[in-house]
Amino acid sequence: MSQGIPSSLVAGRPAAALLVRTRADRRRSLVNSAFQGVALLAAVACVVPLGALVTFVVMNGAGALNLDLLTRPTRALGLGGGAAAAILGSLQIVPIAAVIAAPIGVLAALYTVEFSGRRTATLIRFAADVMVGIPSILIGIFAFALFVLPFHQFNALAGSLALAIIMVPVVMRTTEESLRLVPGSLREASLALGVPMWRTALSVVLRTGLSGVAAGLMLAVARAAGETAPLIFTAFGNQLINVGGLGKPMDALPLFIFVNARQPYEAQNSQAWGAALLLLLFVLAVNVIVRGRAGRRNSR
Amino acid sequence: MAIDAAQPETPGAPEGRQNPQGRPPPETEETAVAGHAPGVRHAPGVGHSPELRPGVQRLPIAVGPGPGDLTDGAAASEATAGLLEVRHLNAYYGTFRAIRDVDLSIRPNAVTALIGPSGCGKTTFLRTLNRMHELVPGATVQGTIELDGVDVYGSNIDPVRLRRVMGMVFQRPSPFPTMSIYDNVVAGLRLTGRHQRSELDAVVERSLRRAALWDEVKDKLRENGMSLSGGQQQRLCIARALAVGPEVLLMDEPASALDPIATLRIEELIAELKQSYTIVIVTHNMQQAARVSDRTAFLTMGEDRAGYLVEVDETSRIFTNPRERLTEDYVSGRFG
Repeated sequence: MSQGIPSSLVAGRPAAALLVRTRADRRRSLVNSAFQGVALLAAVACVVPLGALVTFVVMNGAGALNLDLLTRPTRALGLGGGAAAAILGSLQIVPIAAVIAAPIGVLAALYTVEFSGRRTATLIRFAADVMVGIPSILIGIFAFALFVLPFHQFNALAGSLALAIIMVPVVMRTTEESLRLVPGSLREASLALGVPMWRTALSVVLRTGLSGVAAGLMLAVARAAGETAPLIFTAFGNQLINVGGLGKPMDALPLFIFVNARQPYEAQNSQAWGAALLLLLFVLAVNVIVRGRAGRRNSR
Repeated sequence: MAIDAAQPETPGAPEGRQNPQGRPPPETEETAVAGHAPGVRHAPGVGHSPELRPGVQRLPIAVGPGPGDLTDGAAASEATAGLLEVRHLNAYYGTFRAIRDVDLSIRPNAVTALIGPSGCGKTTFLRTLNRMHELVPGATVQGTIELDGVDVYGSNIDPVRLRRVMGMVFQRPSPFPTMSIYDNVVAGLRLTGRHQRSELDAVVERSLRRAALWDEVKDKLRENGMSLSGGQQQRLCIARALAVGPEVLLMDEPASALDPIATLRIEELIAELKQSYTIVIVTHNMQQAARVSDRTAFLTMGEDRAGYLVEVDETSRIFTNPRERLTEDYVSGRFG
């Protein structure tokens, strides 16, 4: 900016002459505004889909999200029925997946942070990052080949396992990030007390990073609850309520949405919207709770 | 730690040297009557393991059957408890030699200060004593360190057990942030498998009293350890180290992160604790070394950047009339 140059630096010209706005200055400030404007537009475009999606789902689903949808089993053509089978199914498939994935993901993270060498850790982290990027339909087909074909039976447990495969790397990476933030001084303090390494890892490192681990686990659950592709070939879906029958097909909310949204009947489409709203509310709630807490922790 | 829990002798012995304030020792601590003054040996009485011979004190690290024990009590010398003999010690980080050929004898019931310019290996030396050094990847040690005649780097020594005998206090107070004051003090016991409530209660009060913190926190033991001031946190860490019943206390600049008043309290505490413990303190503050220590070791850095011991002597002599020119230059502020 020419205004900023002290006149003494420009020999032979009076200061006042340097301060006058030239055409080049005007052009520069125009370019600046234009660039800022484009960046702002991109930022808006980044946020708009979320707002539009939420509005859209709420508008279409609000009417359908009622007590019947939550409590009634499915009926033919969507006449008077509800999504109880899908809700109960999701309430089984997802927690079982979480129970399988959580210890594996957390312990794997603990291993990379506390015990493994740097190269092993990099390798494990790389594998987890690749896993996160694998299309979920592939994981569905993989689970189908491994947990469905040998038994000649679509089953809910295969669905849980498929979701667990998706959750493990997510849990592992978030846990790892959280454990890396635990100060080394705590580790040393514990070891210097004669506490064995494994106990230090569990009772000091993991315990200190636990809130971050819990947050990661909840985000992974929210992610898995909405996965559809891995369930198509595994849990398959079920018109009937299935509680406890892990060896049998079971419905789930994303499957319910997937099936009903493709039917030619208004009533079923409407139920799909209602279920979509339900799923959206769950995912939003988890995200707001977890990220809200994380935000407060960071700002403190 | 199922292994520890299965060893009935363990609770008694490591607690053995703490019996302040004349409180009646709990049942688990028959050995607590043993004072730490040289010559005062506890008589073999009730509660001792039967194989303990009269007049021979077994090291706490040697207590209990199982892997990692020292080779029976015979190795422990009769005249010492908490005597450290360091011979030809070299410490490495990978191929870099951080400490060169240190010979040093560290007396029990006394404070030995380690002084020297930054980077001369004082902290590294301290961490070789309780084998914290080897936790750094690539870090190795040559030479011998004997605690009461037992080589702490011997193949039959378990470093985890050794660290319960050689407590450590770090530069920055590091209470466990997820734990209450009470839980912080007993962390070393709980995390090694000792959960008996009456024992823990007794240890908490005794350790906090020893660390001169009891009166300030006795009504808020359930509060988080991080709620204390910096100086209180550091005394909490000292209490935590005392709770596992060490013989030796290694302090790495324990007051450098504290204000002058908190520093004074820590120094008073050190003077008291030396009645019962072998204390080695690393300090950057020469006045502090002069105030708290009985003996002072001066280390400096050689041309190969390896730290070596210039001399060790009574503190009064080091600061008034040292034998070495280097020491005189350092303590009088001419370098470092």
